[in-house]
Amino acid sequence: MSLALGARAPDFELEGVDGREHSLNDYREAELLVLIQSCNHCPYVIAWEDRMIAVQDDYASRGVRLVAFNSNDFERYPHDSFEQMIIRARERGFTFDYLHDPEQTLAHALGSERTPEVFVFDRDRRLVYHGAIDDNRDDTEVAHHYLRDALDATLAGSAPGVGETPAVGCTVKWLS
Amino acid sequence: MCVMAVPERIELLFWDGCPSHPEALALLEDVLEEQGVVTGVELHEVHSQAEADELQFPGSPTIRFDGRDVDPSGADGPPSLTCRIYRLPDGRVSPVPSRVQLEEALR
Repeated sequence: MSLALGARAPDFELEGVDGREHSLNDYREAELLVLIQSCNHCPYVIAWEDRMIAVQDDYASRGVRLVAFNSNDFERYPHDSFEQMIIRARERGFTFDYLHDPEQTLAHALGSERTPEVFVFDRDRRLVYHGAIDDNRDDTEVAHHYLRDALDATLAGSAPGVGETPAVGCTVKWLS
Repeated sequence: MCVMAVPERIELLFWDGCPSHPEALALLEDVLEEQGVVTGVELHEVHSQAEADELQFPGSPTIRFDGRDVDPSGADGPPSLTCRIYRLPDGRVSPVPSRVQLEEALR
């Protein structure tokens, strides 16, 4: 079961592709924190990746931090190994942190099910939006920009008009 | 002039952990109808890695016309319970084949 709206962000301590450990507290200066359940190999993630980068670029000056993390079982899905994450982040020019969650603790704490799946936390680190980035993996067909709308509303001091949407993507590859 | 090779067998193999097969089936049926192909689509759900190995299933969805993969470039990927990656004509990544790929596979 996924984290309920209004619930606090879970703490974490995960290694990033930059070789550093990252915790929830490391992002304490951020106005809003967006955790994204992600991975390397999923075509849905790949389809949305440019939009993740664009959101970080467009909202960085307003204090929004995106943090993607990969929890997939890399023994069964070698494309999702930490080494491959480093390569992916470098090749795609990620402008956000990309963390490895090999024990799947953050995925379980959030109750993630899909990649990509976003969790937006406000200044008090309460969950204000959970679900899809927008309503179409084809960027030319998007009608509703759920993540951007949630960020705009929360930055303006309001609750997002849409708090939850179904995330569309690959399943999280749980450890057996 | 292009001559269409009407397949005698059309298979769509899928894994339920990937949400793309309904979209792939709808696209496939649309293309078949448009091309006047009346061969029915056989749906095969792949449940396990052992089954994926046995069927040489490189990911979901996989569509075969008379045993030929509609996307030969991805057909030899390691058998896996995963979402399959396709490339659209414009280079973008997609979880389903493009209409053009399906049409070309019928030729």
